[in-house]
Amino acid sequence: MGLSEKNKLILLGPLGKDNPITVQMLGICSALAVTSKLEPSIVMALSVTVVTAFSNLVISLLRNTIPSRIRIIVQLVVVATLVTIVNEILKAFAYDVSKQLSVFIGLIITNCIVMGRLEAFALGNKPWPSFLDGAGNGLGYGIILIIVGFFRELFGSGTLLGFQVIPQSFYDMGYSNNGLMILPPMALIVVACIIWVQRAKDKDLQEK
Amino acid sequence: MMNKEGNSYTLVYASIVVILVAVALAFVSQTLRPQQAKNEAIDKMQQILGSLHVTTTGANAEMEYKKLITDSYVVNVKGEKIEGDAFVTEPAEELNKPESERKYPVYEAMIDGKKKYILSMRGTGLWGPIWGFMALNDDKNTVYGASFGHAGETPGLGAEIDKPAFGKEFIGKKFFNHEGQFVSIAIVKPGKIAQGKDYVDGISGGTITSQGVDAMLSNSIGAYHEFLKK
Repeated sequence: MGLSEKNKLILLGPLGKDNPITVQMLGICSALAVTSKLEPSIVMALSVTVVTAFSNLVISLLRNTIPSRIRIIVQLVVVATLVTIVNEILKAFAYDVSKQLSVFIGLIITNCIVMGRLEAFALGNKPWPSFLDGAGNGLGYGIILIIVGFFRELFGSGTLLGFQVIPQSFYDMGYSNNGLMILPPMALIVVACIIWVQRAKDKDLQEK
Repeated sequence: MMNKEGNSYTLVYASIVVILVAVALAFVSQTLRPQQAKNEAIDKMQQILGSLHVTTTGANAEMEYKKLITDSYVVNVKGEKIEGDAFVTEPAEELNKPESERKYPVYEAMIDGKKKYILSMRGTGLWGPIWGFMALNDDKNTVYGASFGHAGETPGLGAEIDKPAFGKEFIGKKFFNHEGQFVSIAIVKPGKIAQGKDYVDGISGGTITSQGVDAMLSNSIGAYHEFLKK
């Protein structure tokens, strides 16, 4: 599948320079809530990617027909429908994870990234670039969630995806899990560290 | 083409969108319902087994359940066995019926050759419903184990009731006093005591949820007390 230069930028930009979490500071709330373990982080990342990509696609297809007075309502209806479908699918095929994520799946509806991309991109662009933009932003959000989830589960519980990775001999030598890692404040600190690393490497992002 | 900003266009547009969405959601919900119901049943089995200190994964819950739970039936408020399927009896729905018609599910399990009775509980927490399963020894009085669940209690506070640590506090507590009267088990603030009955510590910061559990124990287990006396 060949992507034009422009489309490549639309898809990959949000993974780096335009990252919704670390650069635009959107979607922080759910990044705190679901990242204490890696598995819900991955599921949340996928769910948000599906929702942003397809809501962007649908809104872009409808963009010339939507009456501007009710455009936010139409956007909300589309997003809410997609989120409900995702929620139903999780309940059917990933019940444990859906129980863990509980309200946060429903709250994707209010995730600023989704509405932000609809307003900023999908209303003014063709369906294919809109779909890529949605997917890119979902993935940009997701990658941060997965990084945060990785560190929090590793240091907070000593496991990854539920498997013990820190060997028992470490515990015998006096190592212990850091309970703070599984509390929400640590997610902010990990996000802050990612922002730090990113801005140290990319001088353009530093505020003057 | 109609005027895109006109009232009639807007109304028609909104109606079509809503109808399409309703059809799509109804279809998804209908298609996935059987699979979801199966997951809910497995989840319930896991909770029942949780009261017996048996932790299971989604994959082996059904097998363990069939192995350990030897019998299940429903009783009425007088403690008599009546017709009905324990597993599909929803305590939440039973509460809407008059007391004489309510069905109370009982599960029996064999652990190390001893019979355990598992009773179902239902109550209200701070934000929504709470429920649980109470496993009693064959004296129908002493707690063997308990598991609790909730719909949306505050994480880290009230939601702690679904942790095994909270259920473990109940082990060995008794629902009847020395005179043979049903007195329930009290949930008290950590450090306090309850007179004339057994008690366990509530959850710090989860006072309303703890009070909900306290009320649930005396109401739900209380409803079984004729059955327990037999």
